[in-house]
Amino acid sequence: MPASPKLSEAVSGVTCPFCGLLCDDLVVASAGGGLAVRENGCGLAIAGFAQAGAQDPATPRISGRPVTLPEAAAEAARLLRDARQPLIAGLATDVAGARAVGRLADRSGAILDHMNSAAALRNLLVLQDSGWITTTLSEVRNRADLLLVAGGDVVSRFPRFFERCLGRGETLFGKHHQCEVIFLGQGPPTGFSLPGPATTILSCRVERLGEAFGVLRALLAGRRIDATGAAGLALARWRELVERMKRARYGVVAWAAADFDFPHAELTIQSLCELVKDLNRDTRFSCLPLGGSDGDLTSDAVHLWQTGFGGRTSFAQGVPRYDQYHFSAAHLLGSGEADMLMWVSSFHASRTPPDTAVPTVVLGRAGMTFEREPAVYIPVGTPGIDHTGHLFRTDRVVVLPLGQLRATSLPSVADAIVAIEAAF
Amino acid sequence: MLLKLAGGRVYDPANRVDGEVRDLYLRDGRIVGPPRPEERIDHEYDLTGRVVMAGAIDMHTHIGGGKLNIARAMLPEDHRGDLVARTDLTRASAGHAAPGTLATGYRYAEMGYTACFEPAVLPVNARQAHLEMGDTPIVDKGGYIMLGSDDFLLRLMAAKEDQRLINDYVAWILNATHGIGIKVVNPGGISAFKFNQRKLDLDEKHSFYGVTPRDVLRVLSRAVHELGVPHPLHVHSSNLGVPGNVDTTLGTIRASEGLPIHLTHIQFHSYGTEGDRKFSSAAARIAEAINGTPNATCDVGQILFGQTVTASGDTMAQYRNSGLAQPRKFVVMDIECDAGCGVVPFKYRDKNFVNALQWAIGLEIFLLASDPWRVFLTTDHPNGAPFTTYPHLIRLLMDRGFRNDRLEMLHPEARAMTTLGSLNREYSLFEIAILTRAAPARILGIADIGHLGPGARADITVYRDEPDRERMFSTPEYVFKDGEVVVRDGRVVKVVWGRYHLVKPAYDRGIEGRLRDYFDRFQTMKADHLRITEGEMTAFGHGAGLVTHPCRR
Repeated sequence: MPASPKLSEAVSGVTCPFCGLLCDDLVVASAGGGLAVRENGCGLAIAGFAQAGAQDPATPRISGRPVTLPEAAAEAARLLRDARQPLIAGLATDVAGARAVGRLADRSGAILDHMNSAAALRNLLVLQDSGWITTTLSEVRNRADLLLVAGGDVVSRFPRFFERCLGRGETLFGKHHQCEVIFLGQGPPTGFSLPGPATTILSCRVERLGEAFGVLRALLAGRRIDATGAAGLALARWRELVERMKRARYGVVAWAAADFDFPHAELTIQSLCELVKDLNRDTRFSCLPLGGSDGDLTSDAVHLWQTGFGGRTSFAQGVPRYDQYHFSAAHLLGSGEADMLMWVSSFHASRTPPDTAVPTVVLGRAGMTFEREPAVYIPVGTPGIDHTGHLFRTDRVVVLPLGQLRATSLPSVADAIVAIEAAF
Repeated sequence: MLLKLAGGRVYDPANRVDGEVRDLYLRDGRIVGPPRPEERIDHEYDLTGRVVMAGAIDMHTHIGGGKLNIARAMLPEDHRGDLVARTDLTRASAGHAAPGTLATGYRYAEMGYTACFEPAVLPVNARQAHLEMGDTPIVDKGGYIMLGSDDFLLRLMAAKEDQRLINDYVAWILNATHGIGIKVVNPGGISAFKFNQRKLDLDEKHSFYGVTPRDVLRVLSRAVHELGVPHPLHVHSSNLGVPGNVDTTLGTIRASEGLPIHLTHIQFHSYGTEGDRKFSSAAARIAEAINGTPNATCDVGQILFGQTVTASGDTMAQYRNSGLAQPRKFVVMDIECDAGCGVVPFKYRDKNFVNALQWAIGLEIFLLASDPWRVFLTTDHPNGAPFTTYPHLIRLLMDRGFRNDRLEMLHPEARAMTTLGSLNREYSLFEIAILTRAAPARILGIADIGHLGPGARADITVYRDEPDRERMFSTPEYVFKDGEVVVRDGRVVKVVWGRYHLVKPAYDRGIEGRLRDYFDRFQTMKADHLRITEGEMTAFGHGAGLVTHPCRR
């Protein structure tokens, strides 16, 4: 693990914590008090490391007044204790932070919800209702001969996705193994050049993809279809697509659930996953649900293994109670059911707490600015920059170690919670 | 601090103690010999009439890693029926088929278990597995690292590389991922499934690499043996669950060519094709083969009736069985040119012919296997049943009347297909102590657990001697971990963090350059990032520490 307390020269093999791909081949150097990505950076990585200004104030605040960490922690503990129903949300942290959040939620009877849970739920509901057949990045890179990208363009959220999965001189199974790419829904952004060869764009609205997947399943099953088209495209196009999918030796369909932002989008994703299962009767085809940004899969994984439940779980009754609808942060704050918010956000200073009148404690990346000054603000370090840590990659299999790139007085989320526990 | 456990009936097969009344002395977390007369005993426990054994060891239980977390995510409805409330000492969690790690640790300890071994740690997923095991309180743990369908090994084999290079790779993996043994699951078959092969018999060729499961078994059992890893190659054979797979299993035993081999959850591999339904018990043939092959050991993988979830690296078998899922949902996953996993919820029913016969087959193997040192008590948690059913299983083995009553409730045609009713054997407490303590420690190569001799870790379970053995084994009166009482009357009274057990065989570091190159060319992470540091392991395990066990050469 690259762990150097102070960055005097460029460090290679740096793992980037700023999206779920967790690229671990970056070269990062210090530049003018901040950090600059010298090699293998994408837009997200460059911005993420650059915002790591070493001069960000590390001083905690109570109602805007500078205080020490123990004072801030004591006030946070008091607010948690006094609340009838605390809510710990955001949860953008690493494994150690998630472990600490789990302990604190258990002790304070809090409800947990991650900032990305609305999107993650679209996949989770499918997993819980019917399951799926999935794959991981290295399998795609070596095996895929057909890659469908459903919904959005993927690269806005996961900039190096194609480079990591398709940018290959050779694969395990052949030197110039080609992979065809088909976008279903929105195409790639203008000016974006794919590393792969053949690329087709089947343009349609993401809200209508459910219709498309239904038709594809029916075609695959050999059912009669009276409609002349689906999702705004002629039936012939879908017929061609299903034939192409059947010919794939190792097909993959990738999507980012965040792009399926419409009511009951889980049914569309479920239809897609069932289509992939159907294809496996004769060939191999896999799903690649993309996520993992802001530590969403990390937080989910840790709480899941400790308690049996991932996000949107309440510890108010001394047992974990899981309810995907009632325990969303938006609902709890909107209805007044939660009377205190602890917001955890250690990757992006822009991910600030939702606007709320309830007392708010923020464990936020140093340099975070607020519309409404929170009751307590404890600036925290960023995993992979200010302290070591671990994150789950998009495929929920690989857990990568994050290094420390600079010396800092900023506590980690885990450190800050230990301080709060000491005062609880 | 010197403690005396006075007057208990001690069952300690490793030291040939069979129910003798003895005093035990504990100091600084270990068992010590009798003190000198002038030494002060700080506390004495009167264990008159109690049964005393070493802490139990589960040598094959899926307690941590990606597939278990998928199972947890899939089954909120199962957790809801078994919520675990927080106390002043313990945290809230959930139990049953795919319990949270917190509930797993508490409940194992509450049943008198003090060590658990996760049998399917994928190298690329090892960090998660160790994180989960690290969050499993009280019990010690360790993992078997899964190889045999990883493209790196299959490429070495296809290129007919020297065994020494394979040994270096296996040793590097064990060092990098902190395993205590090597597991192979459906040898080559997880990879073959990625190439759309739907079955792979023992001598059938992988369509791309041209190697057979027998080849994989041979090179891996040789590697484990030549590296001096104490635990034999841990083998989940080909054709799991397939009627008629007995021939594959017998062939697998022979494929070890005299080297030590452990056949795991052998119940799932002991099926014939006789009878109207073309599904029959081959337990007698399997038991005979095990009895006659001193280099072979097995654990049973007993099924018990009720809801559970199957979680396995065997994607080929899990996909094949996905239609039997109950509730109707499943996950199959190809993983990183390394391995795979499949999760299929399952409900075993006593009125179902196949399930009823599976139950009987497992028990037949237990009762027909002559050497308790070579048969281990497992349900392959959670695949055959959750580990919390162990006390029930122990009663089935120890109480013939109870067993035969249960047999009467089974599907009538299954009853007609099993010899179970005619098997009179009842396991003794001494034999149970072999199955669940002495033998697992011995086969893992861990010298200081699983027995009660001086020098052993003071991991001790004290039971009331109740005629209802299920009750007795469910709620021990005391469980000591490292000399401290952690469970009293079946409830946790102190939470500690158990250690990781591992081996670090030596290897030629020349392999590392080759691995770095391979990862840079084909994988999507760096080889150096696969390697877990000792500092990470210590943090994962809440500081409890690592114990490295010696390899034989």
